Amino acid sequence: MKTEAQTVAATRSATLPALFAVILGVAVITMTGHLQAATLHDAAHDMRHATGFPCH
Amino acid sequence: MLGKLLASALFAGAATGLIVGLLQLLFVQPVLLHAELYESGELVHFGGAAISAHPDLPGFDPVRDLLSVVFTMLTYTGYAFILVALMLVAEERGAQIDARSGLIWGVAGFVAAHFAPAFSLAPEVPGVAAADVGARQIWWFATVGAAAVAMWLIAFGRNWALWGVAVILLAAPHLVGAPEPDTFTGPVPTEIGALFAARALGVGLAAWVILGAFSAFFLDREQRRG
Repeated sequence: MKTEAQTVAATRSATLPALFAVILGVAVITMTGHLQAATLHDAAHDMRHATGFPCH
Repeated sequence: MLGKLLASALFAGAATGLIVGLLQLLFVQPVLLHAELYESGELVHFGGAAISAHPDLPGFDPVRDLLSVVFTMLTYTGYAFILVALMLVAEERGAQIDARSGLIWGVAGFVAAHFAPAFSLAPEVPGVAAADVGARQIWWFATVGAAAVAMWLIAFGRNWALWGVAVILLAAPHLVGAPEPDTFTGPVPTEIGALFAARALGVGLAAWVILGAFSAFFLDREQRRG
């Protein structure tokens, strides 16, 4: 059984890594799914349509 | 902690993306290529002569299709970073995370990231009329963000007030309305557009269920390694 102090420490240990991973994930999705740079758009075109992202 | 999180997400996202990329090539890409024949003007319906619903489609294109698979792997790796992070936070608040419960996480992720925006901005086949892409992207991010919060509140909320907020978050983007085109100018037959939306959503559901199960499985495994 965890003590309260251990629970608080465990929560702290997950929060920052989780926040970092969420930001990283949103950045990756923005790049692959949304940026309109021509080369990126052309390479990702079929995936963007098939995945339901607004494409062009 | 961060290392385990990133490793789990990389494994889950890459494996899911590879499977989903192949599913898309098999089920979605032929419909997309069919639509492009109308987008380019090679085929025209609403004309005098009847047009075959079964034209010869371009076949496998190594560079184009490989890029699609690679970008699908990247996209689902991005989603996996978010999904595994949320699983980790939930686990520390007492939720059990394993491959079986991961299936439900996947369904919730599908609703948030795929079905919620598609409810007003249906997956669009090339050639359909659409509003300005920037406006649609803003609406897309707002809708996915609201739906993701809503799914969390439905799963972990403990009272009617939180569930009520979830319902409002799910409904509001569609009551406000997605950016729509001023006029319909798309040359693609409605049959192709409808089939494309159904295929995209179906493969999307498979994708998210696989992603949920893999994310939970790899996170569980990384944590067992100590």
